[in-house]
Amino acid sequence: MPDVQNQARAVLEGPDIHRALTRIAHEILERTKGAQSVVLLGIPTRGATLARRLAERIAQFEGMKVPVGTIDITMYRDDLRLRPARPLGRTDLPPDGIDGRTVVLVDDVLFSGRTVRAALDALNDVGRPRAVQLATLVDRGHRELPIRADYVGKNLPTSMAEKVKVYLEETDGRDAVLLIKEEAR
Amino acid sequence: MRHLISAGELTRADALLVLDTAEEMARVTERSIKKLPTLRGRTVVNLFFEDSTRTRISFEAAAKRLSADVINFSAKGSSVSKGESLKDTALTLEAMGADAVVIRHGASGAPHRLANWVRGSVVNAGDGTHEHPTQALLDAFSMRRRMGRLEGLKVAVVGDVLHSRVARSNVLLLHTLGAEVTLVAPPTLLPVSVETWPCQVSYDLDAVLPKSDVVMMLRVQLERMNAAYFPSAREYSRRYGLDRDRFARLHDDAIVMHPGPMNRGMEISAEVADSPRSTIVEQVANGVTVRMAVLYLLLGGSEPAIGGIA
Repeated sequence: MPDVQNQARAVLEGPDIHRALTRIAHEILERTKGAQSVVLLGIPTRGATLARRLAERIAQFEGMKVPVGTIDITMYRDDLRLRPARPLGRTDLPPDGIDGRTVVLVDDVLFSGRTVRAALDALNDVGRPRAVQLATLVDRGHRELPIRADYVGKNLPTSMAEKVKVYLEETDGRDAVLLIKEEAR
Repeated sequence: MRHLISAGELTRADALLVLDTAEEMARVTERSIKKLPTLRGRTVVNLFFEDSTRTRISFEAAAKRLSADVINFSAKGSSVSKGESLKDTALTLEAMGADAVVIRHGASGAPHRLANWVRGSVVNAGDGTHEHPTQALLDAFSMRRRMGRLEGLKVAVVGDVLHSRVARSNVLLLHTLGAEVTLVAPPTLLPVSVETWPCQVSYDLDAVLPKSDVVMMLRVQLERMNAAYFPSAREYSRRYGLDRDRFARLHDDAIVMHPGPMNRGMEISAEVADSPRSTIVEQVANGVTVRMAVLYLLLGGSEPAIGGIA
């Protein structure tokens, strides 16, 4: 094993994440004409937290409750056979389901696009939304599938050797997005 | 390669991973499309040398809901009746590319032998009077769902312990998960080695009932009895059967379980079996979700996430 030196740099701090989510919440309201038939579905773990935060923001701005839920994509992944079986996340759909609604998928980092593809498959098995949109806190590029986000917190140019790690208060005790450089020496 | 042959080889973390995974699988079985693509392209062989209804159907449903290909093999009408050995049957399955073999066999230890002959995962679906680990997992899952916890839960397992693979697997698993098990049976229906099991033993059902949170009745396995283990069915039922009067001695939140098939009127009265505090039908439904969890954890990745090495 070569010696690995990790260099971590915070690209977004707490207030930046706060502002990015506020902007995304406004954009969702604008684009969906008041978010009347919107359902926010977060991809566990951090996407689920972000979806709840977006729902809170929308409730603050417009005084309306947008249904929010989670959709686990583990069993729809295309790389299941590359690693030992993974523990499952929680799928929790709003009571009225997603049929005929505009589903906004929420994830923390958009990278290859494979997670989103899996999420689209998973959605297919739980209902038929009118439309599906995608919101992500960080878009780090390097897409391997024809997928793009509708709402982006920050576009972050990265190299393949870098890692993007999102920390959120609810799960990690603080808000930050770190860009981690792994340098082999 | 890893297998699920004994409930005793599951660590506490493994067992909880199965139960938590089953909890998510249960949510899948509640929706209108009950199928997942997860085990697409995997082959599961159900190899049943003994009669079974619910276990075989349950494994079949579980594998199909995960999109695995299922091959059912029952000894009746197969080459086994022409005298083929277990090993040759195993090699045939191996040649067909089975990723998992679910085996039920009358001989204790058959799954363990099979595990040495095939490359795929072996899941024990009941071997002789030895073990039935997925039954224990679904029982623990049913208990946790009804009672909200397993830690410190007082479980009485009543009846034909001697011939019961369900009892042994349950004692081992429940001990791992922190429940306190008491076996209740006439001395003739307890195995000689029972004092080495991690549980209490009693001959007096009426003394154990008021202290129990869960009462699990075992089937009297007449087909395995080649000697007189008790004077008469009527006497057994009077002393060890769960009837209305005994049921009334349980505390109000206690539940009654039975792995099935039941001998109504023998170890359990029809009234008790059909009561809302009986989990017997739930246990069958939970069987599918728990087996989905086991198959997912054994076959859903590059290597199994649970189980022992044979």
